[in-house]
Amino acid sequence: MTDRTIVIPGEVIFKGDDYLPGEGTEKHGDEIVAIRYGLAEETKKLVKVIPLSGVYLPRRGNVVIGKVEMITANGWVININTAENAFLSIMEVPRYVNKDDLREVLDIGEMVAAKIYSIGGRGVDLTIAMKELGRLDQGIIININPNKVPRVIGKEGSMISLIKDETKCRITVGQNGLIWINGNKVEDELFAKKAIVHVAENSTISGLTDEMKEWFEKNKEIKN
Amino acid sequence: MTEFKRPDGRKVNELRKITAKVGVIPNADGSAIFGFGDTIAIAAVYGPKKMHPQHSQNPEKGTLRCTYNMMSFSVTERIRPGPSRRSQEISKITEWALQPIVMIDEFAGQVVDVHINVLQANASTRCAGINAAAMALAQAGIPMKNLVSSVSIGKLDKQLVTDLIKAEEDWEEGEGPTDIPITLTGDGKISHIQLDGQISFKQLREAVTLAEGAYKEIHAAQEKALKEVGEMEK
Repeated sequence: MTDRTIVIPGEVIFKGDDYLPGEGTEKHGDEIVAIRYGLAEETKKLVKVIPLSGVYLPRRGNVVIGKVEMITANGWVININTAENAFLSIMEVPRYVNKDDLREVLDIGEMVAAKIYSIGGRGVDLTIAMKELGRLDQGIIININPNKVPRVIGKEGSMISLIKDETKCRITVGQNGLIWINGNKVEDELFAKKAIVHVAENSTISGLTDEMKEWFEKNKEIKN
Repeated sequence: MTEFKRPDGRKVNELRKITAKVGVIPNADGSAIFGFGDTIAIAAVYGPKKMHPQHSQNPEKGTLRCTYNMMSFSVTERIRPGPSRRSQEISKITEWALQPIVMIDEFAGQVVDVHINVLQANASTRCAGINAAAMALAQAGIPMKNLVSSVSIGKLDKQLVTDLIKAEEDWEEGEGPTDIPITLTGDGKISHIQLDGQISFKQLREAVTLAEGAYKEIHAAQEKALKEVGEMEK
């Protein structure tokens, strides 16, 4: 299969024992069957279905942006727009935290960029012990459809680095659809927002990165 | 035997014109509209999301929750809005029809909500609702074994027909009407069958065969609608 095709649940993607079932697929006898609606893709004999729609499902290793909902004795409960709230333990904060004063590090209502380091039976566990993660106290946060996030990032980050260069903003894209933008001027931030929304709305165009280069050429003049 | 005449001139195994469209409600995680002729149902799926109230949560696996509702203007005589005995029953039936195909065991403590609204009714509303719900669930990205397709088979006097209309439900000649809504899954199994009236065992088998024929047509329409939206999103 050279082209990616849309599959519906129950559809046979491949017959024969040459392929391995990946995410969103199952093996029934010698057939690989889709169990989700989405784009079927085959890489190195591994078949998977990429979802096109639906809610964000947390995965290990994802960077997400969330809001502090509650403070407990040993950490923070963070809303990352999923059914289960995520938990950030004080052990995962790369600095000394006074157990009596968790509010000093992160207060209720504050936004935080974090990485999912495990998904267990009790829910999602987050960490901020990494570069570029932690409290977001400046800039703006926008919300897009989580299924468009791969487009905003682009192949190997080509799209997001283009937007970063053109707008001179710092941007963190959460896999849950929340995006943090921080620039020197509010105008820069709003310009970056406009660009990201444009990408999300036109995510179906192929060669979108090139198209965006033109878009920046055109819109720069308007902006200045 | 003379050719059996249906009130709207269809052949005995002919479905009404099918309308199927996916992604009709932007706010929902998945949505679809499905119609058999002038019977139109719209389904919206939300979730998986946290189940509230908390005491309804199932800590072992996810829950599927369906609500079926007929709009007050869906029939000629205005019906009183709000839940009724009938709508509660059909909600439950829809849930059971969809349960065998959705794979939501991993969403413990969570719920997938399916809201079905009948915009216009001319019999077979539960079937249209189930068909719309199957498409909406797929679009919402819920893991599923396959799709379900539902159709009503009727026995008018002694004749079996596919896809009843209201005029046929009120058949008065001979043995009168028998209404058999059947839901089939992709692997050829029956996930829901109801019987309102009387029928012989032999004829019931024939009715299932008839439903299997209609299944192909409905499933093709569902597949086409889902793929159309997918092509645009690609």
